[in-house]
Amino acid sequence: MAASALFILDLKGKPLISRNYKGDVGLGEIENFMGVLLQREEEGTLTPVLTYGHVHFLWIKHANLYLVATTKKNGNASLVFSFLYKVVEVSWGVWGGLGVTLIRGGGVTEVFSEYFKELEEESIRDNFVIIYELLDELMDFGFPQTTDSKILQEYITQEGNKLDTGRSRVPTTVTNAVSWRSEGIRYKKNEVFIDVIESVNLLVSANGSVVLSEVVGTIKLKVFLSGMPELRLGLNDRVLFELTGRGKNKSVELEDVKFHQCVRLSRFDNDRTISFIPPDGDFELMSYRLHTQVKPLIWIESIIEKFSHSRVEIMVKAKGQFKKQSVANGVEIAIPVPSDADSPKFKTTVGSARYLPERNVVIWSIKSFPVSIPCAPQPREHPLSPPKPPRGVPPVPPQPGGGRGGPHEPLRGSQGGKEHLMRAHFGLPSVEKEEEEGRPPIAVRFEIPYFTVSGIQVRYMKIIEKSGYQALPWVRYITQSGDYQIRTS
Amino acid sequence: MQTDNLELKKLVYLYLMNYAKSQPDMAIMAVNTFVKDCEDPNPLIRALAVRTMGCIRVDKITEYLCEPLRKCLKDEDPYVRKTAAVCVAKLHDINAQLVEDQGFLDTLKDLISDSNPMVVANAVAALSEIAESHPSSNLLDLNPQSINKLLTALNECTEWGQIFILDCLANYMPKDDREAQRSFSAGGRAGINSFPSPHPGSICERVTPRLSHANSAVVLSAVKVLMKFMEMLSKDLDYYGTLLKKLAPPLVTLLSAEPELQYVALRNINLIVQKRPEILKHEMKVFFVKYNDPIYVKLEKLDIMIRLASQANIAQVLAELKEYATEVDVDFVRKAVRAIGRCAIKVEQSAERCVSTLLDLIQTKVNYVVQEAIVVIKDIFRKYPNKYESVIATLCENLDSLDEPEARAAMIWIVGEYAERIDNADELLESFLEGFHDESTQVQLQLLTAIVKLFLKKPTETQELVQQVLSLATQDSDNPDLRDRGYIYWRLLSTDPVAAKEVVLAEKPLISEETDLIEPTLLDELICYIGTLASVYHKPPSAFVEGSRGVVHKSLPPRTGSVESVESPDTAPSGGPAADQPSVIPTQGDLLGDLLNLDLGPPVSGPPMATSSVQMGAVDLLGGGLDTLLRSDVGGSPAMGGGGSSFTAAPSTTAPTNVGAPLGSGLGDLFDLTGGVGTLSGSYVAPKTVSGAAKLGVQGGTDSRAPPQQRRWGSTRGSVLGDTPGVWLPAMKAKGLEISGTFSRQVGSISMDLVLTNKALQVMSDFAIQFNRNSFGLAPAAPLQVHAPLAPNQSVEISLPLNTVGSVMKMDPLNNLQVAVKNNIDVFYFSTLYPLHILFVEDGKMERQMFLATWKDIPNENETQFQIKDYAVSSKLQGSNIFTIAKRNVEGQDMLYQSLKLTNGIWVLAELRIQPSNPSF
Repeated sequence: MAASALFILDLKGKPLISRNYKGDVGLGEIENFMGVLLQREEEGTLTPVLTYGHVHFLWIKHANLYLVATTKKNGNASLVFSFLYKVVEVSWGVWGGLGVTLIRGGGVTEVFSEYFKELEEESIRDNFVIIYELLDELMDFGFPQTTDSKILQEYITQEGNKLDTGRSRVPTTVTNAVSWRSEGIRYKKNEVFIDVIESVNLLVSANGSVVLSEVVGTIKLKVFLSGMPELRLGLNDRVLFELTGRGKNKSVELEDVKFHQCVRLSRFDNDRTISFIPPDGDFELMSYRLHTQVKPLIWIESIIEKFSHSRVEIMVKAKGQFKKQSVANGVEIAIPVPSDADSPKFKTTVGSARYLPERNVVIWSIKSFPVSIPCAPQPREHPLSPPKPPRGVPPVPPQPGGGRGGPHEPLRGSQGGKEHLMRAHFGLPSVEKEEEEGRPPIAVRFEIPYFTVSGIQVRYMKIIEKSGYQALPWVRYITQSGDYQIRTS
Repeated sequence: MQTDNLELKKLVYLYLMNYAKSQPDMAIMAVNTFVKDCEDPNPLIRALAVRTMGCIRVDKITEYLCEPLRKCLKDEDPYVRKTAAVCVAKLHDINAQLVEDQGFLDTLKDLISDSNPMVVANAVAALSEIAESHPSSNLLDLNPQSINKLLTALNECTEWGQIFILDCLANYMPKDDREAQRSFSAGGRAGINSFPSPHPGSICERVTPRLSHANSAVVLSAVKVLMKFMEMLSKDLDYYGTLLKKLAPPLVTLLSAEPELQYVALRNINLIVQKRPEILKHEMKVFFVKYNDPIYVKLEKLDIMIRLASQANIAQVLAELKEYATEVDVDFVRKAVRAIGRCAIKVEQSAERCVSTLLDLIQTKVNYVVQEAIVVIKDIFRKYPNKYESVIATLCENLDSLDEPEARAAMIWIVGEYAERIDNADELLESFLEGFHDESTQVQLQLLTAIVKLFLKKPTETQELVQQVLSLATQDSDNPDLRDRGYIYWRLLSTDPVAAKEVVLAEKPLISEETDLIEPTLLDELICYIGTLASVYHKPPSAFVEGSRGVVHKSLPPRTGSVESVESPDTAPSGGPAADQPSVIPTQGDLLGDLLNLDLGPPVSGPPMATSSVQMGAVDLLGGGLDTLLRSDVGGSPAMGGGGSSFTAAPSTTAPTNVGAPLGSGLGDLFDLTGGVGTLSGSYVAPKTVSGAAKLGVQGGTDSRAPPQQRRWGSTRGSVLGDTPGVWLPAMKAKGLEISGTFSRQVGSISMDLVLTNKALQVMSDFAIQFNRNSFGLAPAAPLQVHAPLAPNQSVEISLPLNTVGSVMKMDPLNNLQVAVKNNIDVFYFSTLYPLHILFVEDGKMERQMFLATWKDIPNENETQFQIKDYAVSSKLQGSNIFTIAKRNVEGQDMLYQSLKLTNGIWVLAELRIQPSNPSF
């Protein structure tokens, strides 16, 4: 049905670890993989599905590893790719968790991803036992089984368990209908942190017309709740409002909604209720997509003039087009320059510009946009008016990854619509390069906290647990750039 | 191995799995441990043992593992049960017979009703896996109850389990439409949390929520189920429209997934767009290419953009394509340029804009862009002749930069085609001629044709050139294609230049729009395999199976609510055992195949026209077929042949038969000629023919009373004439349903006499029948009535009345009939040949005068003659509505003139000359 065997290869195509689930494809077949891959790459016909003889290779590349599934049958390709990505995710989770336990002594506890960067060849060799155990649980005879990393961590651990202690039992969770949450979780303080993150994908043609504009939203939860809580999330969903006769005002039409497996899909289909028993900790509850045309939040106009054999002149104008109250943080505008450009000179009205020759771009960064007089920080939004946050300061939930805009940043008010300018000047060698270069688009990154493009709002989050504790939901909104590209001429 | 350390145990097991094959003896030693571990109090250990032992592919130990496996399948812990379910599939892979003997398959089927959704999912996965390698088994012939259970489990199991279940549902054939549709009244909204609704229908409704799953693979599998079951929904239904609308957003969202998943999704969207373009017709923009898309995603997006291009969005599409055409990735740019050309051909209103875009691109002078553009402009010329020739001048400017064969060939074609408008066409072509032998074949062939065209258009100036190219092609080339073409031109030109002109400069058919569409039957099959490798490669799933194991061909269910034909793609004439269907059938096929030239379109109004149109193809009709028929009819006795009867015919058709003949009478009666041929009548009453007549009395020829020899005759004759049941659909091809039957015509009505036999182990019911469109519009006049369910090993005889008012489509052979039969198990297709005589109508007797007049009107070239050696024919044909109009004696030979009329109004006239020396008359 799905995969016959699974391989993890290094960059040269050498198998680091393999697990033959069905035995109908010889383990030696993998030796052909790299050859086919290189050949197809050379021909420019590389695809994620390769075939050699009767064997099909479905592969992804992660960091410096290839994950390859093989099959001889008409397997379900989408399942295999989903599974491969899940393996990466699970490995991340489990090895990440492992990373903490292993390295805690050394004091490195902060960032899993740092650890993961090293978790390549070497880590796989070092941890082959646990990896085999994992591979055994992840898939059986080509059928994916349990792939929830948190649950896996409960019964696949690093310490050599003595059986008589009875500790390593299968958590009933594995086969429960609720296979993603274990029983008996306890927290002193019951809280849920909700992050509503909207990414704006924008494609503007060189002549300045918007080709594609879409908003992809995700709602991420960080759950610290005891027991088996039953959660219900209320959004200003237009379909729901229409169902309940609430009218259209201030509602949002979600074009396509995808949910974490904990959400009861049939119930959502029936009456648009988002009800679920959440996994513990971080997870992405849902994502949605909107096609409503929005004004591009940051508008870029550019003139790139290339005078062959002498110089390149770049003029970029950036303009904020969002609400006056909002501020865009960490704005980075990446402008492509020819790879043979040299001696950069910049002039900016705000922010700073730097040349990154390795990426062939100029990055114009503006800490906060538009720049203006500082004013009071804005309160974190909290739709449920629970007991006031202590000491008038918005509660700052621990945020994974950091870096994202939020209350840490110094905030300033704004006068939306102001334009900023950046000029750059590069020299070009008098001998022109032979090969032609593409025209990469200008890419923009930004974050606008306390704001959603769509106007989506969390109206309520009901938390019901049989022990009847009080739990606090916290909500934070943020809009950020997704695939935000402006083509250059 | 007896360790308490779980981790160590796992490693030991892992070692066993990897080395058991090379050291089978050691594996046997492990059996005890497996047996013991399967009874361990810790479910983790039990599961580990049952999981590992299935992976030890050593034949010797498998039988020891049956008992532990049986226990584990009934284990109290669902974790163990779900692992055991998979182990059945493993064991089946090693020793299928053992698994069947031990009854594990039934246990596995029982697990579909397990209380734990994970167990259900794994059981389904295991069953699917087993069924896949044994297509003949009815493992996955699910009944509505188990479908209902699966649908319930669908809501509760893991994402992977959902995929197993959805993939399994996609194989399910609902019994009737109601099951595929939702029942609005059933109140799906009432029960909120618990789903087991009293009405099991509405599979679609219960699958639709899966479209909101975060896992792309779940979404694609759900799309597959919906695409399949949509086929059964009536298009008028509101729900059909709703479903269409619901499918678009999830498909679009798939494009935000990881690139590999995007690729799989795009390949499948390509299929979906071909099958149901309406789903994504408004979503063009999402297929616009992004700079950082991997190349394989870019190329797929381009393909879909072209498929979705329409007048409404063409402006945007063109702007995008132009943008892509100026990128740097060569493959992508080429494809973009081609796409512009395809848009021009597809959307007529945009052609002009496309051409000007292409011209702009040619101005860039980027070599490969120019070449690609020229290739597509050639196609545009062929689609819109005499419209855009003004651009030729621009194209000619780039002549020198063309270095790819395809572009050179295209350019040469253009120059040749429009030679009269290009002043220096001869110079241009001459320049190509210099390096003639270095060119690729494609270019050589094109150059040859172009120069011949040029010569025919401007003969005065180019004589030398044409001679040069002809000698190059014919004398100096080793390529047979080139030489052949050269010789053809040469001879044409030297014998008849006018004809040459007509041939070479003939008007060309316009090229069609979409040349790369997937063939519809393959498309339907691939839709049933959405998400799999087959759908990624756009190749039939059978291409993925190694060795001889068959693959179940899936096809979309026939559309309901429409009279459209059932496509029966791969039903070859269902060949039964050789004894039942002797080689005569193909002969008959050939014979009738030639009738293909009959103008079947409008019913012919008058006999003269009809005859002339009939005559065209009937040349070897009688020679090939009728004698065979006659031979068998007269009993196949060689003694009966002797003389020859020659048949001068305005062609007749076929099958003199005895259906309507007085069966009790002797052959003499049958051959009784009306009128003055009485002298002959006595001469053929030979003893053997009498026995032949006796045979004729034995209807069906399978009567046990008939002597063996006659039986053989009977069956031979029967299969020719179609009045002995031949097996049309063997049981092994139709999951146990065997269909045999015959056709007959009695007093003006045609009927199909069927015998349905149930050779499966389960009861069959809900029979229905449908004919594909056929040459004479045969169609069931009443539904197939099988009153009671057909129990195993039971058969039922049904006479199905037919009429000829169905849709008409020319078949090959002409009397081919494709039939679809449905029952509660599946839909089966077969095709059969019906004897043409069932179509001879009772009023086929033409008036004498009319006959004469008509006969004279038949142009000579429409007449054909051929001999039927050895065997005889006579007016007994009247029994089959072949009427003798007149007879006369010319120079000692008897001439019979006959007429018959087909159900579609076509007359066939025949003259039959009988040589008196023939004793068999």
